[in-house]
Amino acid sequence: MKKDIILAGVGGQGILTIATIIGTAALSEGLFLKQAEVHGMSQRGGDVQSHMRISSNEIASDLIPEGKVDMIISVEPMESLRYVNMLNRKDGWLITSMNPFDNISDYPELEDILNDIWKLPHYVTIDANKVAKDKGSVKAANIVVLGAASPYLNINYELLENAIKKVFKNKGEDIINLNLLALKAGRDYAEKHT
Amino acid sequence: MQDLLLLGDEAIAQGAIDAGISGVYAYPGTPSTEITEYIQASKEAEDRGIKSMWSANEKTAMETAIGMSYAGKKSLVCMKHVGLNVAADAFVNSAITGANGGLVVLSADDPSMHSSQNEQDSRFYGKFSMIPVMEPSNQQEAYDMTRYAFELSEKFEIPVLLRITTRLAHSRSGVKRVQPQEQNEMKLPSNLRQFVLLPSIARKQYNALLNKQQAMEEDGITSGFNKYIEGDNKSLGIVACGLAYNYLIENYKDGKLPYPVLKISQYPVPKTMLQKLYDEVEEILILEEGYPIIEELLRGYLNLGKKVSGRMDGTVPRAGELNPNIVAKAVGLEVLDGFEGSSNVKPRPPRLCDGCGHWDAFGALNEALKPYSGGRVLSDIGCYTLSALPPLQSINSCVDMGASITMAIGASEAGLIPAVAAIGDSTFTHSGITGLLDAVNRKANIVVLINDNSTTGMTGGQDSSALGKVEDICRGVGVEEDHIKLIKPLRRNFEENVEIISKELEYEGVSVVIARRECVQTLARRMKLKHANKSATTN
Ligand SMILES: Cc1ncc(C[n+]2csc(CCOP(=O)(O)OP(=O)(O)O)c2C)c(N)n1
Ligand code: SF4
Repeated sequence: MKKDIILAGVGGQGILTIATIIGTAALSEGLFLKQAEVHGMSQRGGDVQSHMRISSNEIASDLIPEGKVDMIISVEPMESLRYVNMLNRKDGWLITSMNPFDNISDYPELEDILNDIWKLPHYVTIDANKVAKDKGSVKAANIVVLGAASPYLNINYELLENAIKKVFKNKGEDIINLNLLALKAGRDYAEKHT
Repeated sequence: MQDLLLLGDEAIAQGAIDAGISGVYAYPGTPSTEITEYIQASKEAEDRGIKSMWSANEKTAMETAIGMSYAGKKSLVCMKHVGLNVAADAFVNSAITGANGGLVVLSADDPSMHSSQNEQDSRFYGKFSMIPVMEPSNQQEAYDMTRYAFELSEKFEIPVLLRITTRLAHSRSGVKRVQPQEQNEMKLPSNLRQFVLLPSIARKQYNALLNKQQAMEEDGITSGFNKYIEGDNKSLGIVACGLAYNYLIENYKDGKLPYPVLKISQYPVPKTMLQKLYDEVEEILILEEGYPIIEELLRGYLNLGKKVSGRMDGTVPRAGELNPNIVAKAVGLEVLDGFEGSSNVKPRPPRLCDGCGHWDAFGALNEALKPYSGGRVLSDIGCYTLSALPPLQSINSCVDMGASITMAIGASEAGLIPAVAAIGDSTFTHSGITGLLDAVNRKANIVVLINDNSTTGMTGGQDSSALGKVEDICRGVGVEEDHIKLIKPLRRNFEENVEIISKELEYEGVSVVIARRECVQTLARRMKLKHANKSATTN
C-alpha cells in the first residue's frame, strides 16, 4: 500500500488537522509515514501545502516526486489547482472544497477554476461549507473534505473515525460528534457523486 | 514499529534531552524554532530542570551555552542559519577554547529561502572553524546524531555543529528512542586557563585543535554515519550528502542503486572514502543540499582530474532546494509529468493579519511621510517587513536583524533627512539597542519607530525579551525623554498618531516612537489559554 497526498489550502484553514487525522489513522494501521509541513511566513493568509506520504514500506524522500501524487486534498478550490503539475496523470485524484477563500485582488472567477478541475479524469468537488453547516458548524468544513477523500484513501474508515476521536479528545463530546458527522457527510457525498 | 511521530526539529530536541543536556539556548528563527519550543513544553525536560528560556539573540545564546560547557554540563544552542552569523564570533572562538561539557550547535539552513534572506550553507562554518559537522538525512538520524554529537563533543573536547535544512526540520516521521542519559555533574575544566584566549594560550589551543583534525576525520569512518555503498555500474559514482541521499534512493525501486554511492552525514569528509570512490568509477556526481562544498573540493579550482558534476556545471541547479526530480534528472532517469498548470492559479503571498497593529502604525507613518519624497524608511526583519508589499509599500530595506537603526544613521549622515528606522520589539532587543546608542552618541537625525507588539510575531509568538522594557532601554541609552513617544496603533487614533510622528520627523535629533499594541495572534492565544485555565479551576 502506498498513498502520496498533497494537502492544500490557505493558512489557518486546518490542513494540518487533516494531516494529523490521516497520520494517526495510518499509524494505527501500522503504516510508515512522512509528512512535510509548512511553517513560518506562509501562515499569514498565504498558500500552504503539506506533503503526506503513507506506505507499507519504508519511505525515503520527505517530498513526493512530481507526477506521482495520488491525491490532492484541498480545502480551497484555487489552491487545489496549484499542485496539478504534481498529480499522477493516470490515476491521480483531486478532492476539493468549492468554497473560495478570496483574500487577493485578482482572484479568478470560481466558474473558471471549477471548469479547470472538471477537466481532470478523477475529482470530487464539494460545497464543504454548506455540508458542514448543515451538520452544525462551518468549522468542520475541513473534515467534510477529508470525508470526501476517504473512499480513495485506502485506510479503514473506522480508523479515521477513531483518529478523529483521538485528535479532538480534549475538545469534548460535541466537537467529536460534529466532526464524525462531517466526515460521514463528506464521504456520502463523494460516493454518490463520482 | 515506530515509537514517536516527530518533526526533525522535535527529534533533535528529544535527542538532546536524552543525551542529558542541562540547557538549551536559542533565539527563535524558522526553521529551528520548534526545537526549543519542544523542550519548553516537555514535561520530562521540566522534571529534569533543563533550562530553556529564550535568549535575547544568537550570540548571547551561544555564549551562555559556552558558559554551561565551561562548568561541565551539556548544552545545546539552536538558531537558523543567519543566526550563526550573529553568533559567529563566539562560535568560531569556541572551537579554540574547546568544550568541557558537551556543546552542540544546531544551525537550520533554508535552501530555496522559504522564510529567509539567503540560503547560506552552515557546513562552511563548520569547516571554517575546523570542528565536526553532522548532517542527518532523516528524523531517526536527527535523533541518533544529536546524541552522538554530544558524545563526539566530549570525546574531542570541542563543539560540534549539527546542520539541518527546512525540509527535515519541518517533516514528521517515526523515531525510536533509547534510554535517556543522566546529566553531567558540575565540573570545571582541569586547566582553568583553557577558556582564556590570550594569544599565548590561544596559540596552544589552536595547535591542539589542528592536532585533532586527523582523529576527527577518522571518526567519520568509524562512527558509521558515512557509508560506502557498493554498486556494479562503475561508469558513475555518487556522493550524496544529508537529505540528498533520500532523494537518490527514492528514484530506485526498493532503494537498490546501480552505482557506487558515498553517503555523507559527518564531516570532515574522510579522504580515504572519497579516494576509494574516485579510483573506482569513471566520473562522479555530487549531490549536496546547499552550496557545492564537496564538489568544489573534489573538482579543484582547475578541474583537471576526472569529470565531477553537480551544481557547478549545471547538472543540478546552482540555487535552491533539491527534490527527487532534480536528482532523477541528474542521474539520467526519466521523470513523470503531472498535468499542465492552470492559468487560473494566482500567487497568494503572505500578508499582515487582519487587525494587526502594524497596519495602523505604517498607515500613520505613510501619511506623516507624505510631504517628503519617497525611500526614507530603513526597516528590519519581522512581520512588519510585510509592509513592503502593497497596499502599504512603506519600507525600503530589510537586510539583517538590527540594521534598520544603523542604516538610518548612515543614510541620514549621507543627507537623507528625515530618515526613519522601523524595527520590532524583539528585533530591537536582539540587536537594535547598540545601534540606538550609536545614534544617540552621534546625535543622529533619525526617527526610530519601534513596533512593539509585545511578542516575536514572525516566528509564531515567542516571548519577547523587550517586554515591558522598551522605554527604559531608550532612556538608559540616552534618548531624550521628550522624544520618546508612545502611540497606540489603532484606526481611531490615526490623526493623533500622524501628528506625533510628523512632529518627530521635524525634530533634529534622535526620536523614538513606540507603537504599542499586542499582536492579535498572541492575544488570541493568551486569551484561549486563560479561558482554559479558568475552566480548569472552575470545573
Ligand atoms: C539573525 C536572525 N535571527 C532570527 C531571524 C528570524 N526572525 C525573523 S523576524 C524575527 C522576529 C521578529 O520579531 P519582532 O521584531 O518583535 O517583530 P514581529 O514579527 O513581532 O512584528 C525572527 C526571530 C532572522 N531573520 N535573523
Ligand atoms: S502574527 Fe501578529 S504581528 Fe504578525 S501579522 Fe499577525 S497580528 Fe501582526
